[in-house]
Amino acid sequence: MTPLLEINQLNATVEGRQILKGLSLTVHAGEVHAIMGPNGSGKSTLASILSGRPGYEVTGGSAALDGEDLLGMKPEDRARKGLFLAFQYPVEIPGVNSTYFLKAALNEVRKARGLPELDALEFLEFIKAKMKVLELDPSLLNRPVNEGFSGGEKKRNEIFQMAILEPRLAILDETDSGLDIDALRIVAEGVNRLRKPDNAQVVITHYQRLLDYIVPDYVHVLHDGRIVKSGGKELAYELERRGYDWLTSEARPVSPELTTA
Amino acid sequence: MNTNNDTIQGLVGGDYKYGFVTDVEADAVAPGLNEGVIAAISRKKNEPGFMLDWRLKAYRHWLTLQEPRWANLRYPPIDYQSIVYYSAPKKAGQGPKSLAEVDPKLLETYERLGIPLHERERLAGVAVDAVFDSVSVATTFREKLAELGIVFCSFSEAVQQHPDLVRKYLGTVVPYTDNYFAALNAAVFSDGSFCYIPKGVRCPMELSTYFRINAANTGQFERTLIVAEEGSRVSYLEGCTAPMRDENQLHAAVVELLALDRAEIKYSTVQNWYPGDAQGRGGIYNFVTKRGLCKGRESKISWTQVETGSAITWKYPSCVLLGENSTGEFYSVAVTNHYQQADTGTKMIHIGRNTRSTIVSKGISAGHGQNSYRGLVRIRKSAENARNFSQCDSLLLGDRCGAHTFPYLEAANPTARVEHEATTSKIGEDQIFYCNQRGLATQDAVNMIVNGYCKEVFKQLPMEFAVEAQKLLGVSLDGSVG
Repeated sequence: MTPLLEINQLNATVEGRQILKGLSLTVHAGEVHAIMGPNGSGKSTLASILSGRPGYEVTGGSAALDGEDLLGMKPEDRARKGLFLAFQYPVEIPGVNSTYFLKAALNEVRKARGLPELDALEFLEFIKAKMKVLELDPSLLNRPVNEGFSGGEKKRNEIFQMAILEPRLAILDETDSGLDIDALRIVAEGVNRLRKPDNAQVVITHYQRLLDYIVPDYVHVLHDGRIVKSGGKELAYELERRGYDWLTSEARPVSPELTTA
Repeated sequence: MNTNNDTIQGLVGGDYKYGFVTDVEADAVAPGLNEGVIAAISRKKNEPGFMLDWRLKAYRHWLTLQEPRWANLRYPPIDYQSIVYYSAPKKAGQGPKSLAEVDPKLLETYERLGIPLHERERLAGVAVDAVFDSVSVATTFREKLAELGIVFCSFSEAVQQHPDLVRKYLGTVVPYTDNYFAALNAAVFSDGSFCYIPKGVRCPMELSTYFRINAANTGQFERTLIVAEEGSRVSYLEGCTAPMRDENQLHAAVVELLALDRAEIKYSTVQNWYPGDAQGRGGIYNFVTKRGLCKGRESKISWTQVETGSAITWKYPSCVLLGENSTGEFYSVAVTNHYQQADTGTKMIHIGRNTRSTIVSKGISAGHGQNSYRGLVRIRKSAENARNFSQCDSLLLGDRCGAHTFPYLEAANPTARVEHEATTSKIGEDQIFYCNQRGLATQDAVNMIVNGYCKEVFKQLPMEFAVEAQKLLGVSLDGSVG
């Protein structure tokens, strides 16, 4: 079976500095992977590279979504193929109505999937149900995208967008940062409900806390641009107990086989 | 400047070699400007004597003036003797016979603007049935308006049918002595709109140049005069939302608005004259004088403009707030892409007590475009408790364009309260990426972000106009990102 995401020996630089140094990771449909690691290990860079954020340069290796080369695609094509990034810092877009924005996004994705576009009424019907799951204040939809949203509202809004766009692969970049425990629970429940046999989630986090709510099948430790250890969900608890030092002091690359399910 | 002096010398010398062709057979006069040409225009329009007198006074005054060069605009000298100052509407048979003969690129633009087919034909200058349809439509509306005592017609008709009104109000807000282009317009204007709302009447529909058939082929020197009597209210839409295929043509229009006690005039413009091509060739030189006089107490004049066209825009729709408690507003979106240049803004002259004004200006520069906001807020000594709020934002797309702000503030009364906010920002790469990541292409993302940025102004426009303005913005910014 073709993996949903296959990253092989990925090397990347930002402003001339090498951040990823031969990172490999394979994710199959139906799986949840957690990527943990200390600050500066390259976690967010990985999310940026996979989604195609400008300013990052791939200097070697490959990444494929459903067997298709990801790195040569424009960011919007990656999104239309089903890659979704829940941003660590969702940006505000003043004056652009949230509902309008979401409808435009959904219709782009639907077009790419060969589905008919939804008109305004169909769209409102479609999102009503999704709103409830994330306990999102409906008035947010009438406000400009992320403008004046609290930190928690922004993160919930990211997951709400994920619910609407129904991605094949969702990358959650530090979704837990800045959330209080109630907001964290709501966000995590939202994410868990979106988990299906034909999609996958890659959860990037610094703390084990999020993984109490979004239970991963695999946990990987990223250090100095490589995955230095992979394991089951119990690895997260070990990291919580022992910190990262025991891994980072003897950092070494692991072979790709180890990271494959 | 030498060139202008030479031009003026040539005119003063009374050189008639560019003189007019007799009006019996010709549609247009020969290029050039002199008293003979002005007399010919007046004669062709069968104008009463006071009109010709006024035109000639304006012309003689114009000869004493220098073309203003203080604006932040660069363009080669304009040869005023090479311009055709009068051209009658084309007759059927002269324009393209069907849409098949019209430049496909033009049609493509209409298509994207969503202009209905018969409208496209009319805009492309196709002389077909649609034109006659429009005539009947116009007539229907006009009868309805006439029942309320509203006069809404072309300027030429007004001169014929309501000479007293024209004589009473013409040039009272923008005298021909106002500036170089206002003087030129007064001398040679060929047509335009006239609108008179009687006391206490609220005009039941948006008045638009669309309704008037002879607007389609009006010359480049129009003049609009709107008079709102005591307690009346009117909303007027001006604009051609289709590109004109003109090469560096001079367009010098004048708009005068007069609001008496408690009258309200809302004037909305979507200007999309031909901006020139991507290399900066061609395009309209748009030198326009627009001014409203809030003469009566509690009167209100509101300008909303969306300027996306023209190679050069020089335009400062202004309000003179004479009446006590009167209000002036200016909402503007100005876009410059490719090699377009705009120097635009407003003047708010506070004279009466408790007068208020609001200025919201959104400049957008892309490509090599240069966009300047120039605004004057003047609080005269008599303007007790005057208030102004100004907000001038500039948005840059790319790094070869420019945005400039020239605010002028003069407060002669210590009770004045004036606020000015200005921002300049580059369109956020992170905003574009955010949209990309949700599946939107970069150009769509830019359009969406820019439309969001302009929302404050667009919401001032009547509904259908706002939709067109949004689409137009998309077309104008096409190709603005690599």
